[in-house]
Amino acid sequence: MTDSAQDYIANVEEACGEERDFIVVFRYDKKDEAIAKILKRAKLEKSISQLIYELTFKDASFRLYRTGKAVFRKLADREKLDGILADLLL
Amino acid sequence: MFDPYKIREDFPILKRKINDYPIIYFDNAATSQKPKQVTNMVKEFYEEHNANIHRAVHTLSQEATELYEEAHEETARFINASSMSEIVFLRGTTEAINLVAYAWGLHNLTKEDEVLVTMMEHHSNIVPWELLSRIRGYQIKYVDVNNDGTFNYDYFQKAMSKKVKIVCLTQVSNVTGVINDVKKIARIAHDNGSLVLVDGAQSVPHMPVDVKDLDTDFLAFSGHKMLAPTGIGALYGKKELLEKMEPFQGGGEMIKRVSFDQASRRCIISWNDLPWKFEAGTPNIGGGVGLLAAIRYLKQVGMENIKEHEKTLTEYCLRRIQECKKVTIYGPKEASLKCGIVPFGVEGLNSHDVALFFDAYGIMIRSGYHCAEPLHEEFGLSSSARASFYLYNTREEVDRFIEVLKEIEQTA
Repeated sequence: MTDSAQDYIANVEEACGEERDFIVVFRYDKKDEAIAKILKRAKLEKSISQLIYELTFKDASFRLYRTGKAVFRKLADREKLDGILADLLL
Repeated sequence: MFDPYKIREDFPILKRKINDYPIIYFDNAATSQKPKQVTNMVKEFYEEHNANIHRAVHTLSQEATELYEEAHEETARFINASSMSEIVFLRGTTEAINLVAYAWGLHNLTKEDEVLVTMMEHHSNIVPWELLSRIRGYQIKYVDVNNDGTFNYDYFQKAMSKKVKIVCLTQVSNVTGVINDVKKIARIAHDNGSLVLVDGAQSVPHMPVDVKDLDTDFLAFSGHKMLAPTGIGALYGKKELLEKMEPFQGGGEMIKRVSFDQASRRCIISWNDLPWKFEAGTPNIGGGVGLLAAIRYLKQVGMENIKEHEKTLTEYCLRRIQECKKVTIYGPKEASLKCGIVPFGVEGLNSHDVALFFDAYGIMIRSGYHCAEPLHEEFGLSSSARASFYLYNTREEVDRFIEVLKEIEQTA
């Protein structure tokens, strides 16, 4: 992951038992900035009460939460996730 | 009269909002919120009585000692133990189970023995026994559960033999909320000469627990799940067993005398009285005081009232959740078989996604394995979402939970 992306991320967890779903937790003090960047770059498929966003970026689909977390679904591996985050948080 | 709305006034955190939504705290099986009565008493302890216990003759030390000992006495009364000699304060359930494993198991289990553990255990009642078996070489037998997650008494009875030296089981499953008939299990275990260790982490906070009636040899539980601060919990052990056991950890406080023998050039050590023999070093005094306040609070509300309230909420939640077509409830669907825990899954969504969706609306639930991976494997699940109730939760909160659950369904 790039330094720029790393600045925004507190933690990345692989969802237990699921097929390569990743939970990204953004740093509390940087979450609003991270969300703004992601919303600018990813394609918004659906917004639920401006709290939850269904998004796509390249060939990945993910859900972004106003509370500062995102769930990326069915990615091949962590490397793929890191690449996506690097592009989204550039 | 039991009134959850009045009770809520004692919990300042419940007034918080997340994303402008009032929080709904349904993660009580993980930890409970703390009432002002507990936080105030801990604050008062540190501001007015703080000192080390049992070590000094000054006033503050005497006050701290009295409070800490009263916490043991109150805990003993709460679970109907004979005296505070049977109550050891530790960090929580995990440390309490480890104490039994290492202070009893290490010295009493051999290669010929068996330890019975159920498939519905939290990792804290599995891993210590697995670790110790690598040292002592005994066999661990896992007792299967029925398809609905309830305890399989037939399987247990068949697995029971004179070889079994200890049966380790939870009174309430932290995944399904299933309540086990500990009294019946203990009778069968004792008939075979086995001891019984009960994980009471999910039972002691939510229902009346009487160690004499259950006739359990050990009972472990955590303060933080029953309104007390984190880092304090207790192990109940029958006095005659605790007396025979070796200490768990060595240090100050747990010894009566350490004298140097010139002839052998060794120290001759005698252990302190119970329960201090098992409380090496300066204990979590503030935590103990918090536990004292928490138990007083729970006793005032009434454990029967709490149990009934949670049962009512669980029944209502289980009924309403059936309105959600894409939601599956795991474990038994009958509230009488369980405590206030509702595990579920939403078709097409992983449990973390479900929990994060709820979180966006200020509703706190748990997702994942809940530290009980074997049970999830038994159910063929990769993970589950879990809502769990306590004395301050309300029917309206369940309604809101169902409303958001329906919205989650639509996005799946």
